[in-house]
Amino acid sequence: MAAPMLRLCCPGRRWALACIDGCSRHRRGAPNGCTSSRRRGQSSVAQQPFITAQKPRKGEHEWAAVVGLEIHAQISSKSKLFSGSQVHFAAPPNSLVSFFDASLPGTLPVLNRRCVEAAVMTGLALNCRINKKSLFDRKHYFYADLPAGYQITQQRLPIAVNGSLVYSFCAGKNRSQVINKTARVKQIQLEQDSGKSLHDDLRSQTLIDLNRADYEIQRQINELENGGEILNETRSFDSKLGCTIPMRDKEGKQDYRFMPEPNLPPLLLYDTESLPAGADPQQVIDIDRIREQLPELPSVTREKLVQQYGMLPEHSFTLLNEVGLLEFFQNVMKETRAEPKKVTSWVLNTLLGFLKQQNLAVSESPVTPSALAELLNLLDRKAISSSAAKQVFEELWRNEGKTPAQIVSEKKLELMQDQEALEQLCHAVMEGHPQVVMDVKKGNPRAINKLIGLVRKATLSRADPTVIKEILEKKLAS
Amino acid sequence: MPLKRMHFQFCLQTSYKAAIKVSAALKQGHITPTELCQKCLSIIKKTKFLNAYITVSEEVALKQAEESEKRYKKGHSLGDLDGIPIAVKDNFSTSGIETTCASNMLRGYVPPYNATVVQKLLDQGALLMGKTNLDEFAMGSGSTDGVFGPVKNPWSYSKQYREKRKQKSHCENEDSNWLITGGSSGGSAAAVSAFTCFAALGSDTGGSTRNPAAHCGLVGLKPSYGLVSRHGLIPLVNSMDVPGILTRCVDDAAIVLGVLAGHDPKDSTTIQDPVKPFVLPSLTDVSKLCIGIPKEYLTPELSSEVRSLWSKAANLFESEGAKVIEVSLPHTSYSIVCYHVLCTSEVASNMARFDGLEYGHRCDIDVSTEAMYAATRREGFNDVVRGRILSGNFFLLKENYENYFVKAQKVRRLIANDFVTVFNSGVDVLLTPTTLSEAVPYTEFIKEDNRTRSAQDDIFTQAANMAGLPAVSVPMALSNQGLPIGLQFIGRAFCDQELLTIAKWFEKQVQFPVIQLQELMDDCSSVFENEKLASVSLKQ
Repeated sequence: MAAPMLRLCCPGRRWALACIDGCSRHRRGAPNGCTSSRRRGQSSVAQQPFITAQKPRKGEHEWAAVVGLEIHAQISSKSKLFSGSQVHFAAPPNSLVSFFDASLPGTLPVLNRRCVEAAVMTGLALNCRINKKSLFDRKHYFYADLPAGYQITQQRLPIAVNGSLVYSFCAGKNRSQVINKTARVKQIQLEQDSGKSLHDDLRSQTLIDLNRADYEIQRQINELENGGEILNETRSFDSKLGCTIPMRDKEGKQDYRFMPEPNLPPLLLYDTESLPAGADPQQVIDIDRIREQLPELPSVTREKLVQQYGMLPEHSFTLLNEVGLLEFFQNVMKETRAEPKKVTSWVLNTLLGFLKQQNLAVSESPVTPSALAELLNLLDRKAISSSAAKQVFEELWRNEGKTPAQIVSEKKLELMQDQEALEQLCHAVMEGHPQVVMDVKKGNPRAINKLIGLVRKATLSRADPTVIKEILEKKLAS
Repeated sequence: MPLKRMHFQFCLQTSYKAAIKVSAALKQGHITPTELCQKCLSIIKKTKFLNAYITVSEEVALKQAEESEKRYKKGHSLGDLDGIPIAVKDNFSTSGIETTCASNMLRGYVPPYNATVVQKLLDQGALLMGKTNLDEFAMGSGSTDGVFGPVKNPWSYSKQYREKRKQKSHCENEDSNWLITGGSSGGSAAAVSAFTCFAALGSDTGGSTRNPAAHCGLVGLKPSYGLVSRHGLIPLVNSMDVPGILTRCVDDAAIVLGVLAGHDPKDSTTIQDPVKPFVLPSLTDVSKLCIGIPKEYLTPELSSEVRSLWSKAANLFESEGAKVIEVSLPHTSYSIVCYHVLCTSEVASNMARFDGLEYGHRCDIDVSTEAMYAATRREGFNDVVRGRILSGNFFLLKENYENYFVKAQKVRRLIANDFVTVFNSGVDVLLTPTTLSEAVPYTEFIKEDNRTRSAQDDIFTQAANMAGLPAVSVPMALSNQGLPIGLQFIGRAFCDQELLTIAKWFEKQVQFPVIQLQELMDDCSSVFENEKLASVSLKQ
């Protein structure tokens, strides 16, 4: 969900215009009232100076779009956020899990430890301040997929706040220029999922189409330039009309009637300093412990790849952005002597290309890391040519259980290793094409390629062109 | 042996008043669980007009009795509650047994799980006689506003009351002036009071266990909030609800509390510490006790009889050496209003799940989801419930939240602090009235609406819910009309054992009389001649 807001930028001076409502549609609103101003040109954010703005003329100012994202991420855990499971039993999850989720009367929420740990980990990874005390609230609305008539969330005091995410994107002509940007993370909160899945479960990706934000941004610019104002509301994108339309609630503004969740006491987290003595480890969460357990963050991994393998930064991004690809790459590296640059190229271009074409995940690749490693080894010791290697890869993709060596053997793709035989062939070709030989000797640089081509043909492409060239040159010289 | 049987029938009302005693008899084989169960079932049938039960789980109870019997034969009884008939208020979830909350909204709803407290009782071998009647969704102080009709106070039919009435008025239709039980756990109170069971679960949010206990001559215990699991108790106000215990004597309440108390992983508001079952000491020396009398509880609405008994009780403690002092709970007058705001707000939230989709009543309209919700809820809820939902939603609106809900939370903190201050000053327990007067006739009770009555009747009881403190109503004496009057003790948080110890001492001092319902127990009348024989042979 992207919520664009527009700020009017004046060179040298920044001032607010119309309703720059810092409240997301889910927030109660600042105590001083963050309501949409009805009078033109009045600032409705109390902290900013009360300035009456002039109607902006078309094209007079540059607009800066500020886009906010609200991301719903499902935590990977065996049971849901509030359906308690008996941690100390290996038995199947508590049968009462489903009773609470069905909102049967009398059921109560029990906080899932794993989910809290995941939230803390996420907060740490995003440089947030972890709130040692956070609270749960009920957000009320009636909807078919919300059986309790309310959703448990963290509106007043979420588990983590004020973080940041450094991200890079590739710009420039060849997308080779890496630009770093920082996005502020306002807060992370634990929330009951109302049942809608926003995920592409196959690849565990959250797909956000920000192209549509453009339509909305343009609409807001037009609105403001015509003297209108932007209302704080929810809109949806109508693909037929190619624009956003309001989703008007029948009763008008949606009031969620937030109320503290009385069945969940405040969530208290500790660190090694504040951990109470003799505390049951099952009942407390130590932030420092979790910090220690944080896996290597992507930026660190990417940096390592660049340093260790001399990889281009943009390649490190691609490797990490595809689930399972980094692991695949590393497994290939373990089993091959081939150069990292070669491996990278094969993984990012060939393998990934094939996967994308058939819409497969890395985990579904018919070619295993071992197979690719073997193939690259063959290539590396010049047992086969690169074009042969491509052929072998295609065969491997067919997944008929054959190893690269088997395929090479079956299809007779080995490069000729017999130097003598090759020399004889070269000799034969030279004998058979005296005109070409003459051209070479005359100094035509491209003529030799023809000879090489002829020899290759004679060898049924089983000779390394570099080697052919060497032999020919030697012969021609003599 | 026929003689023993006859003794047993009579002694259900005297020596078997207490679960603790019948438990001993079960262990010694004087009676069997099946006999006990059948007797209680027969009394239930005879007292059907009281309307105490919504569902009588006869088959279930008899089966449980059978199992209990097997255990006793092997000498492997599960404990003091094995084979003991109990009843459960119909807002506790019982697996396979309809749970209605006395509302159309849940008519026909059969839960797939047991409330934790129900499970604990069943695990101890108790026999579940049935689900008792209440005010719809536990909203009310009379047990008069449920869809299955009002509950009648067994004392309406007691010898003690009837004799007094005959003295005062003549030619009155005996039944038309029956008395209310109080509420909202009136069904549970009537069930225990009429000997259909030995203990019953109620719930207490603003006094719903203590109020009917006082009107029905029972011990009504509200444990400390967080001591007993609420998992499976269909909530009214999550931050104030507790399961309540109704028994005929304090020792029985202690036994039941010992079984129910302790941490429940399914209820995050229960304390972490495990609780061991306990036996109440028999206090003899109260000279070290300090009893507090809150002066703000002396209100003009308090009946002179209750006031006089309250005073008598205070003097009793003093004469036995205890220190009795006047204390102040200065924010008492704000308590009712504060309770009203917080209660209705939580109600509005808790009732949001009743939309007809997943369980319970659903209307016939299917034009749209909203239309279905609206009609289902209008049909399913009574006026009282709907009124509270509307109020609660009003208080939770964005523009009202700070001024009502948050303000009420702050006042609640002040009220809770009042108690802390008093207990910190050396007071062990507070002594107050439970109700303004004895039970009133139904015809009089319904002259005022539910909200008015609740506000009046909760006045002494709801502060303990706001503060989460344990409180118990103990019957003290009969009024001039022959009706029970109880007094309330309020203790420190999690000092339930101490509270009950003092209550037990008080109970022993006042010797509250047993209800005489002989007229209901037809087949016992012939046994009265053998009264002496019975009491001798069944002493332990």
